[in-house]
Amino acid sequence: MPNNLTIRVGGDTGTTTGVISTGEMLTFAMARSQYDVFTFRTNPAESKGGQAMYQVRMGNHPVLSQGTFLDILIAYDEECLKTHAKDLKSDGLLIYDTDTFVPDDSYQEQSYGVPLSTVAQTVSGTKKSKNLVALGVVTEILGLPLESVKTVVKEQFRHKPEKVVEGNIKSLESGRAWALKNNILKDFHVRPRELKTSKVVMSGNEAMAAGAVYSGCRYYAGYPITPASEILEFLQKELPKFDGVAIQTEDEIAAITSCIGASFAGVKAMTATSGPGFSLMLEALGLSSMTEIPIVIVDCQRGGPSTGLPTKTEQSDLMQAIFGGHGEAPRVVMAPANVKDCFFGIIKAFNIAEKYQIPVLFLSDQSLSQRTQTYTRPKLTNIEVWNRLKASGSHANGDYLRYQMTDTGVSPIAVPGESPSPYVATGLEHNEHGDPNYTPANHFRMTVKRHKKLENIAKESGFTRRFGDEQAKVGILSWGSTEGPIEEAIHKANQSGYEVAALQVKMLHPLPDEEIKHFLKSVQHVIVPELNFTGQLSQIIRSKYLIPTIRLNKCAGMPFTPEEILNKIEEVIIKN
Amino acid sequence: MPQTNVHVQNVNEIKSNVVPVWCPGCGDYGVLAAIYRACVIMDLDLKSTVIVSGIGCSGRLPIFTKCYGFHGVHGRVLPTATGVKLANPKLTVIAVGGDGDGLAIGGGHFPHAARRNVDITYIMMDNSVYGLTKGQGSPTTAPEFTLKALPYGVQEENLNPVALSLAYDVSYVARVFSGAIDQMTDLFVKAIQHKGFSFVHAISPCTAFNDTYKFYRERVVPIPAEHDVHNKKSALDLWQTKGKVYLGTFYEDNRLDMGTTFQKLSETVQSKGKGTMERLFDQFT
Ligand SMILES: Cc1ncc(C[n+]2csc(CCOP(=O)(O)OP(=O)(O)O)c2C)c(N)n1
Ligand code: SF4
Repeated sequence: MPNNLTIRVGGDTGTTTGVISTGEMLTFAMARSQYDVFTFRTNPAESKGGQAMYQVRMGNHPVLSQGTFLDILIAYDEECLKTHAKDLKSDGLLIYDTDTFVPDDSYQEQSYGVPLSTVAQTVSGTKKSKNLVALGVVTEILGLPLESVKTVVKEQFRHKPEKVVEGNIKSLESGRAWALKNNILKDFHVRPRELKTSKVVMSGNEAMAAGAVYSGCRYYAGYPITPASEILEFLQKELPKFDGVAIQTEDEIAAITSCIGASFAGVKAMTATSGPGFSLMLEALGLSSMTEIPIVIVDCQRGGPSTGLPTKTEQSDLMQAIFGGHGEAPRVVMAPANVKDCFFGIIKAFNIAEKYQIPVLFLSDQSLSQRTQTYTRPKLTNIEVWNRLKASGSHANGDYLRYQMTDTGVSPIAVPGESPSPYVATGLEHNEHGDPNYTPANHFRMTVKRHKKLENIAKESGFTRRFGDEQAKVGILSWGSTEGPIEEAIHKANQSGYEVAALQVKMLHPLPDEEIKHFLKSVQHVIVPELNFTGQLSQIIRSKYLIPTIRLNKCAGMPFTPEEILNKIEEVIIKN
Repeated sequence: MPQTNVHVQNVNEIKSNVVPVWCPGCGDYGVLAAIYRACVIMDLDLKSTVIVSGIGCSGRLPIFTKCYGFHGVHGRVLPTATGVKLANPKLTVIAVGGDGDGLAIGGGHFPHAARRNVDITYIMMDNSVYGLTKGQGSPTTAPEFTLKALPYGVQEENLNPVALSLAYDVSYVARVFSGAIDQMTDLFVKAIQHKGFSFVHAISPCTAFNDTYKFYRERVVPIPAEHDVHNKKSALDLWQTKGKVYLGTFYEDNRLDMGTTFQKLSETVQSKGKGTMERLFDQFT
């Protein structure tokens, strides 16, 4: 009995309905049976047609990465098999649709041909439900209880007519029966699990949206873009329940400027986008920084410049997040490492934005935003929420100093409708009162004031996670969604007798200086793995700490596999 | 905490300590004066009044008042004002900006403000020129205007803000002129009182780069009393009349504004139970 299994489903969405939903239902069925899950998907960029794939890794322990090699591959067509065959383990299992193709002899040993379309047609009257037949076959092989799979199917199709649901259930059952009747080649039952804590299964995007709601975000504006749209959709559904507003704007510039307007009016506001939209937001990012109106911007990074690879993952917006835009506009850049971090991290993003009256960028990426992952249901009683420091007293005579000089660079803010201290926020350089002022001394003074906040933010705690071996000579410094494969690689390295230390940096600007210095001192070699071509964090670490870093870059639209990290670790250890 | 409201008795009390930087005779002084007066007439609580502006000479306007103000980036006055109002529906929100701000760089936002019908008032201070950047042609520069920076005039046709707003189905449309401040004040009051997105096309000549006072003085006429403001077709006829520039209310309807629709939506959704974090997480177990 294995401890964990990796299963991939793939096919052309033009000819097979429900490639992705097969995977989704499989995931929820596993989660219902208490297994931890970690999914990875690529949709075709077009809305109809093109190869899609969905991968789920399940385990009876926390799963850290999407996995590299497949235990089971469900191929709806030959193209899918051609693409993914190389990833199937030598003792892995291929399930394919005999109604569409027959693979060559090399798969005879461990393949399972099922007439998916014929079975579906016979029991439900439509070939469309062939993905339910496939789901039946695979859940029988895994030994997942039929009843819990049925519940998932009913949930998935709750908005469909009863007849469709019935047909789907029949298809599911006939898939299970088919697998039972034919001999199962190998035992793929995963060891069962007894859990004491309650778990949630959600995507990175859902976790960020949930965290925003928890933080008190009551205004959301966004423009649809892959892979961020689910945040808009989720908040349009949820915020009305919380007396909040979520709107789809005409573009990203409208999204961010309306968020700034909402926050000026005293309401916590957020927008989410991906690279192309983020580029459009840069002018207004400076406005938020200059007027000291807090907002949170989520960037679900995708691949490449321009329209690039909309459905693929990359970590290539870091430089733009830290330096993008004209002038020198202080902002904070954070990055979550996993789905749980999406929830807890965005609460910190709001807290820092509010406390320091500054824009905070939260960099997710496609693989994290759209993956589903299990984590312990958060206890909501002791997560802190911070709010902006409000101006007190009445200054109706106009003597309120909105941008008053303070030790921290943070000045109490007046809120329209609340404080009788009206002021004008302007993107022009201004004096303490907020009036436009371009004198040399004033520009310098105000620039210092705005930048001062960064010094204190760098000292805020909880923005690094150290793991691996304390005494190791080789260290890995990383950011964002690469944490999981790194942690798994370190486990593997340990098994081969190698020691490796790791530091996950969750705030990229300003850098948590103390922790990073401490880490860099403790190791002799630092590997910086990044899903980009130019090594953006590596460049920053080099220029700030004047140390050589060892880059590990992957620019392929795909996440790291633990093996890729492990290979680099071995290379560095052997060389030195 | 008891909240003091900020009310004023006369226009001088609304003036901020910052002296306007506009050129002598600039039409924007007229718009500012009419806004001061409208605030006094409506007895607005300055603590709950927000003037949002774009970038341009016109964009400076909120700085000369003691209302709350937001002077944002070029062309984004409408989405910014939308955010302010949707976030806090109790505020009175007035958006002001130039014709370049609203029809060139920010032209894409106008139809969406119209279809959202958020309860804000948008005063477009139209001088048919780019004032702040010193005299380039704007989307409303007519081919017959000659500008210093444009010795050959403009080659494009000019946009007509009233025609656009009627086509976008803005729920309140009026035109005013800086040469007629009393009427301007009355119509600002009407526009602010209108529940929904109100648009006021304010002809506000630029004495420095496109002095159209004479041009308009010869052409402006009040909209005839018999005009039915609920009749879109008759409103469209008015703007098309050659040789005349009508001032007054062109069109008005009373459909629901977006703040109200959101409020109703919330009520409907919450009739099945108010949102709590526990309920939110229940969806994922
Ligand atoms: C993104 C951007 N592009 C260009 C400018 C320069 N700019 C400032 S105001 C302005 C146009 C001013 O014309 P208008 O909006 O009609 O206002 P007016 O000054 O006439 O009142 C321009 C182009 C800018 N501030 N921002
Ligand atoms: S340049 Fe024109 S619009 Fe600007 S202040 Fe002078 S007169 Fe007014």
